Amino acid sequence: MEKVIVVEDLQKVYKPKGRKQSTEVKAIDGISFEIERGEFFGLLGPNGAGKTTTIGILTTRVLPTGGRAIVDGIDVGRDPVAVKRRIGVCPQANNLDRSLTGRENLIFHAEYFGIARRVRERRAQELLERFQLQERADEKPTVYSGGMAQRLKIARALMHDPAILFLDEPTTGLDPQARRAIWDLLREFNAKGQTIFLTTHYMEEADQLCQRIAIMDKGRLLEMNTPAKLKAGVPGGFLIELQVQSADGEVNSLASALPSLAGVVDVKVQNNTIRVYADKVEGLLANAMRVAGEQGVMVTDAHVSEPSLENLFLHLTGRSLRE
Amino acid sequence: MGTMLALLHRDMRVARRELKFFILRVGIQPILFTFIFGYVMPRLGIVQIGYANLLLPGILALSMTLSGMQSVALPLVVEFGWTKEIEDRLLAPISIMGVAIEKIIVGIIQAVIAGLFVLPLAWLMMGTHLSLRPRNYLLLVLIALVTSWLFSAFGMVMGTIVEPQQIGLMFNVLLGPMIFSGCAYYPWAALQVIPWFQKLVLINPLVYASEGFRAALTPQLPHMPLWLIFGGLMGFCAFFTFLGLRQFERRSLD
Repeated sequence: MEKVIVVEDLQKVYKPKGRKQSTEVKAIDGISFEIERGEFFGLLGPNGAGKTTTIGILTTRVLPTGGRAIVDGIDVGRDPVAVKRRIGVCPQANNLDRSLTGRENLIFHAEYFGIARRVRERRAQELLERFQLQERADEKPTVYSGGMAQRLKIARALMHDPAILFLDEPTTGLDPQARRAIWDLLREFNAKGQTIFLTTHYMEEADQLCQRIAIMDKGRLLEMNTPAKLKAGVPGGFLIELQVQSADGEVNSLASALPSLAGVVDVKVQNNTIRVYADKVEGLLANAMRVAGEQGVMVTDAHVSEPSLENLFLHLTGRSLRE
Repeated sequence: MGTMLALLHRDMRVARRELKFFILRVGIQPILFTFIFGYVMPRLGIVQIGYANLLLPGILALSMTLSGMQSVALPLVVEFGWTKEIEDRLLAPISIMGVAIEKIIVGIIQAVIAGLFVLPLAWLMMGTHLSLRPRNYLLLVLIALVTSWLFSAFGMVMGTIVEPQQIGLMFNVLLGPMIFSGCAYYPWAALQVIPWFQKLVLINPLVYASEGFRAALTPQLPHMPLWLIFGGLMGFCAFFTFLGLRQFERRSLD
């Protein structure tokens, strides 16, 4: 398959500015990955992981401090204008042109890309219809709902038929219905062959849409694989989280007793939380509660979850994606 | 090149849509000034009849500089600092410098439109008291173009430095002193009675614009020598263009 994005040991270090910030910040700490044409690729991680900086470099808006990024065969640092010609970008912030109507946003965008008048007007009409914006097409985006503005941003990014569509947190802040609508659109365009690079901190979004996911945290890539294989990477697959209240010694002795229970694969303790990874859950919660009772540890909350990317992230970092 | 024209097309479409606000913004101040100083006060005998001749080039310079500056600075402050709309232009297939130069061209166009609007208007109002002798139309065009460019570039410097919450401050702290010390309401030559002030105002680019229009429209009256006018205009123009473009690139790239 043809590689459409190649990233090699990419780095971005923000030098301290002024007195307030005294240490330099490593936003991206040497990441490498490749994306094939037609792929739906997701960068999953919590806020501040470096996702937006990564997309910023790939879309020519941020200068890397090390490494290399090739987009559709062109080095981003060498020829940013040629890269811009080949990419469509839907950034996190609402950067729609507030002085123009929805339709004009699409048509002028295509004009920037040198698309002939008749073609751009027809394509704008097609996209407005497909994105269900035709009724409000001649109003300014300042009166659009969050979901509509987001759909218009994606439509605008598609106006010049880009080789790669970049989406930075496309459904953040949207209600579930608006989110579903955007997911359907993205699936449809990907099915037609559109390469899509998406960042998100919603594991469900990455799980539902992406063919391959890279998990990012603190500027580094922790794992990269298909959603199914990533989920299979969680020890045992199932997770039981116990919130406990007791002295440290008792919590630790409980933690050392738990692995002997049937189905338990791994046990991790973090403050007052015990995480039990298991390959089957039948009866395990009841058994764990019984052992806790024997050890004199009070369990204040217990939660059982199925194999998920959330569990994987928790397993890799000890932190939740939502934190 | 095509992309730059498309960006210009967008800005002109927006400007045309906001034409009535543009005319209000550009027109009200010069109309009031012309009316009071060029029409009312000469009739009251408070200022000499000939004052209108000194005033008109200054009013013209002021209108053009302010509209050039505002049409670049205000959108940039909002787009960089608040709406992030600029990102959309920066993703168009053109270099960052290309986007910046387009902004300066838009400022020049708006300043020229302001001049074309204000000059006949003021001429009409002060008509009977004026003795304009614009012999050298080429000089007038040159002064108008360099002035427009200079203040559009100045607007870019302002627009990329000032934060949205400081816009009011910019008008009070920067534009106020610039307008009053800019020789728009009095000729520079007359300042020889206050030598320190005559030298001090040379740091104000508006002085060269006002004097430039005097040299072009009323060459029979005392004005700054042409070499000093062009030296000042070109020098400030190069300085602000360099600074504005550099600052624009800095704000555009992370």
